[in-house]
Amino acid sequence: MLRLEGVSAGYGAVTVLRGLSFAAEAGEVTCIMGRNGVGKTTLMRAIMGQIAVSGSVRLGGEELAGLPAHEVPRRGIALVPQGRRLFGPLTVAENLEIGLMTRGKGAVTRDRVLDLFPRLRERLTQVSSTLSGGEQQMLAIARALCLEPKVLLLDEPTEGLQPSMIAAIRQVVLGLKTTGVAVVLVEQRVSAVLDMADRVAFMDHGTVAETVARADLAPGAAQFATWVGV
Amino acid sequence: MGFGPFLLLAVMEGLVSAAVLALTAVGLSLVFGVMRVVNVAHGAFFMLGALVAWFVAGHVAGPPVWGWLAALVVAPLVVGALAALVDISVLKRLNYEPEAVIVATIGVLYILEQAALMSFGPDARPVAAPFTLRLQLPWFGYSGYKLFVVVAACAVLAGVWLLMARTRFGLLMRATQVDRNTARAFGINVDRVYAGTFALGAALAAVAAVLVVPISQVHYLMGADPLLLAFITVIIGGLGSLRGTLVAALVIGLSDGVISMFWSPTLSKIIATLLVALVLVFRPQGLFGAKA
Repeated sequence: MLRLEGVSAGYGAVTVLRGLSFAAEAGEVTCIMGRNGVGKTTLMRAIMGQIAVSGSVRLGGEELAGLPAHEVPRRGIALVPQGRRLFGPLTVAENLEIGLMTRGKGAVTRDRVLDLFPRLRERLTQVSSTLSGGEQQMLAIARALCLEPKVLLLDEPTEGLQPSMIAAIRQVVLGLKTTGVAVVLVEQRVSAVLDMADRVAFMDHGTVAETVARADLAPGAAQFATWVGV
Repeated sequence: MGFGPFLLLAVMEGLVSAAVLALTAVGLSLVFGVMRVVNVAHGAFFMLGALVAWFVAGHVAGPPVWGWLAALVVAPLVVGALAALVDISVLKRLNYEPEAVIVATIGVLYILEQAALMSFGPDARPVAAPFTLRLQLPWFGYSGYKLFVVVAACAVLAGVWLLMARTRFGLLMRATQVDRNTARAFGINVDRVYAGTFALGAALAAVAAVLVVPISQVHYLMGADPLLLAFITVIIGGLGSLRGTLVAALVIGLSDGVISMFWSPTLSKIIATLLVALVLVFRPQGLFGAKA
């Protein structure tokens, strides 16, 4: 579904991604792991068109590289950014509305999303910056799901969350798999997400160094020590 | 005339100043709040609005109200369209870098002023008030049009509030104001929002100018004072805070009316400038602005 080939990108004179190739398939969770600074978040930004890339980023055969950043979510890729990046002064309902209007979705989509996060339904008129950390993460995911994405990118979704909240997010991700969404998960905490993954892509020095099926990875596999340092 | 009626007259004059200032400053504040752009050309857009009003009013036959109403429609559209063009052709190409934008808008200010001078000359030009109703109080008579300016400005400001709080474009503006990169990640065409915001800010200055020209006159340098006062208002209220801008406009407008009436207009400007200095020293984020 989502295919990157020979992607290089960076910030000014600094190149972060170096000829990276990567794929995410429909109905699968692909987990991206690697040490700090290997380019995981830059990869997310490159897919979203937020930084200039050379190489190919294709979604279902359509080339996305070179599109203006605001066109990428309209094609069906949604991002839950690291640190949530909610529109803090806006209410919960308004944050969801931003997601809904992008792809022309309406009340049916909103209800479906709120069914996944019933707690948000009780807080629709609350200013989003006043939500708890876990609720903010729920809203960040809900806002992205309002786009009805074909590909969902989650950047460190469990950061700073308590176990019960991580479990709730896990349920949502597993539910998305069954609907055919390709989920790409960037995560440092191996234990939090490994059981969700179908495949794990290990990044190093701006490339995907190794991609392994989850079934072939034992909890203490050598790849974790080599590429993640745990 | 006793002190009481004299004070009432001063307050009424102050309300008129505050209303026009609020419209002008809200435009400036919107542009800064959403785009983080300091628009030095805002006063020139004000002047251009007045000039278009004079031109349109002079070319519409019939009673003055028809010409003035036509100007109220045409001036914001013309000025807003020009502002959008400036945004797309200049500011966007500068990637909205703060220093470059200040220099560029100074350039736009000079181009518009000199174009007005070369096209229409240095003379001040009057625009007839749409009506000449006079309100007769026990102590003095007062222009009904001036009171209409206050009411009309309040109506336009209410419209701006509705636009921001209740419409899709307002939601897009508020989201872009919070975080333009995340806004892009959710499909918001930030370039279009910026062009619309810059146009709206300039159009509000033009509306203020159309309201004020029947009690002032059109002149190619008339944008300087509104620009200075609008900056003072926005800084005191808090950069990007519409609520703060309105409160500051009321304070500055009323103090301008009262001080100008009892002492001198120059003293009123001195005090407003001093107030800005005090705010910058003791509360740099302004009365209602968020801390950086």
